[in-house]
Amino acid sequence: MDIDALLLSRLQFAFTIAFHIIFPSFTIGLASYLAVLEGLWLATRNEAFKTLYLFWIKIFALSFGMGVVSGVVMSYEIGTNWSVYAEVASPVIGPLLAFEVLTAFFLEASFLGVMLFGWKRVGPRLHFVASVLVALGTLTSAFWIISANSWMQHPTGFKVLADGTLRAVDWWQVIFSPTFPERLAHMTLAAYLTTALVVGAACAWRLLKQPDETESAIALKMAVGMFAIVAPLQLFVGDLSGKEVLRVQPAKLAAIEAFWETRTEQPFHIVAWPDHAKEANRWEVSIPRLGSLITAGDAKAQVRGLKSFAPADRPPVFIVFWAFRVMVGLGVAMIGLGAWGVWLAWRRGGPERSRLFLRACVAMGPAGFVAVIAGWIVAEVGRQPYVIYGVLRTADAVSPVTAGQVSVSLLAFMIIYAIVFSVGGLYILRLIAEGPAAGAREEAASGLRSPGSPLAAAPHDPPGETGR
Amino acid sequence: MTMDLPTVWIGLIGLAVLLYVMLDGFDLGVGILFPFARSPADRDLMMDSIAPVWDGNETWLVLGGGGLLAAFPLAYAVLMPAFYIPITLMLLALILRGVAFEFRLRGRRRGTAFWTAAFAGGSTLAAVAQGLVLGGFIQGVRVEHRAFAGGPFDWLTPYSLLIAAGVVAGYALLGACWLIWKTDDELHGDARRWARISAGAVAALLAAVSLATLLLHPRVAARWGYADGGFDLAQLGPRLWIPALGAAGLAILALGLRRSRHGAPFVGAALVFLSGYAGLAAGFFPYIVPYVLTYRQAASADNALALMLGGVAILLPAIVGYTVWVYWVFRGKVGADAGYH
Repeated sequence: MDIDALLLSRLQFAFTIAFHIIFPSFTIGLASYLAVLEGLWLATRNEAFKTLYLFWIKIFALSFGMGVVSGVVMSYEIGTNWSVYAEVASPVIGPLLAFEVLTAFFLEASFLGVMLFGWKRVGPRLHFVASVLVALGTLTSAFWIISANSWMQHPTGFKVLADGTLRAVDWWQVIFSPTFPERLAHMTLAAYLTTALVVGAACAWRLLKQPDETESAIALKMAVGMFAIVAPLQLFVGDLSGKEVLRVQPAKLAAIEAFWETRTEQPFHIVAWPDHAKEANRWEVSIPRLGSLITAGDAKAQVRGLKSFAPADRPPVFIVFWAFRVMVGLGVAMIGLGAWGVWLAWRRGGPERSRLFLRACVAMGPAGFVAVIAGWIVAEVGRQPYVIYGVLRTADAVSPVTAGQVSVSLLAFMIIYAIVFSVGGLYILRLIAEGPAAGAREEAASGLRSPGSPLAAAPHDPPGETGR
Repeated sequence: MTMDLPTVWIGLIGLAVLLYVMLDGFDLGVGILFPFARSPADRDLMMDSIAPVWDGNETWLVLGGGGLLAAFPLAYAVLMPAFYIPITLMLLALILRGVAFEFRLRGRRRGTAFWTAAFAGGSTLAAVAQGLVLGGFIQGVRVEHRAFAGGPFDWLTPYSLLIAAGVVAGYALLGACWLIWKTDDELHGDARRWARISAGAVAALLAAVSLATLLLHPRVAARWGYADGGFDLAQLGPRLWIPALGAAGLAILALGLRRSRHGAPFVGAALVFLSGYAGLAAGFFPYIVPYVLTYRQAASADNALALMLGGVAILLPAIVGYTVWVYWVFRGKVGADAGYH
């Protein structure tokens, strides 16, 4: 085995999947939001919903495209860089990934075409069905990939053969492994929150420029409602998920909380500087006994520390500890933002009236992405040194490829991703800056509106615009 | 009921790859032809003709890769590292051309020019990379202890470059025939010219590839009854329908082009692809990693194959059904109003 190829393969996988996860976590929420908007438009015929739909679908198209192409990479990278993993685990995990393609990817891809280009070709109801199916597809995709990932976190329902490959003995236990329900709920809520934060930030930005933009005010209220409901729910689900980690991955939990000693009445470290070599925290700011209370639900409970695991079995502590704090810190900020918004709606006549709140919404726009990536780091780095927890070590899973090959491919991925995703981000930000009303004018100009709709007669594009 | 699951699955993976090649083949082909369009308006039309369906087409590639992983993990584990460089090239190329669909509409002047070039370059590079993988596959892969044991550039030979040229020409032909079918006026006329040129190139490259394969790869040649400069007709006979199918495809294509038909050239081109695909399969079956591993040796556990087959039995007809429906929704010539959203 080539040590450098291993390290580079890990870097490449982390890099490509960290970029990839940004898009699904946004488009899962956005697809549902679009289906809701179109449903509201069909039910109320309030044109504001249609304007919002036609605005966010453009951003959806851009994000979804980036999600698709960065996702295709993942399905081949497992083979190019982790061929041993593929051979060993595929008899168990392969069907889950195949089902993701069959139940989700085709559904999303096919009905996305109708959603984006079929406005004039199918009736409004059928178009709505397409939007709902795309939303269902994104959720189904999350179901399978979190199922596969949960199994890797805590594998059940399998056996190891003499040649080292795995076999399923109980598919139910493979697909619905014990940590799966909490983790799926956690990921789905994270996606919804991420989307709500982006929508909220976009509306807030528009309202700071154009305080009377009706569509943005409506969408801001919807986003605030999501913060207020989903963010506290996420704290609850996240806690459930954490309890599962204590039960099935005690080493990860010890890393999350930087517990080194096994003891009762563990203190809670608000911040700390964990040091592998010293097997202790260089410094820490702690609350006595709270650690046991939070993780095990009882201040008197004994919680294992990292020193009870062989050094070769310990995950990197520093990065897991801090990623967890970033995630939770942002989660708490989201709860605060929701509470503030509800208070403004209740006592101050609407969240759109406070410029300070609007600025806070803009600042929190990227928070969902940061929290998702931080949470992903906690889950995946916390599982190290294993790729399949307790079964297959990451170091044993790598392909027989050379460090030279992987360093060139990593460099190429970095260059292409830097171009594609910064330009894509720029285009999305440009659209957001223009706002939903600009989108409605464009649609009217290109003649896509149904005849008789109020905007069908709206003034046309500014001169000089080319193409459509 | 007992069922030969690995055989069913090699058929299903084969079908997925065939559908991928035909479907993404034409939309990659449209990208390959992009630089030859007369005007930006023509390029917009070319893109509009494939925009609603390209994502679904590319999903067959994900099913091909994911299906190979799930059904034949050992083949996946050997082949992917063997083709590390061309596979990575293909992925990068598909990224560039995939995002170009949306990015071209959002860019300003320089941005649009860049993404136009990225769409054409990415489509062409993806076709080249797929050809290199195919060429490397036919050449065979070195395997020791159930793992790839060759060098990083084993796939790079004049033979694989010849195959890559064939794939580019073939996709361009499919793309041109698609445009004949989906467009009218000047672009339609241009597409006919592109189809004639690429059809000539495909016929020549098919002949060259067949000849090179017979001369360079005796194992494949033996399957066709070719050895020491002569054919064994008893061996060749049962396979003659394959070149005959290719010839029939070329004839339909040529007649369709001569008589100005709109749909026939695409049918002819598809038959040529089917013939080439069947020809390849006849050269390898039952190997899935040529000359080393058969599909049975590489197959996953029976219980995994059975579980997936249960899913496929329900899902594949549904997928085919709604895919056909989507093509039907977007039937007919693509017009200047076909625009976005």
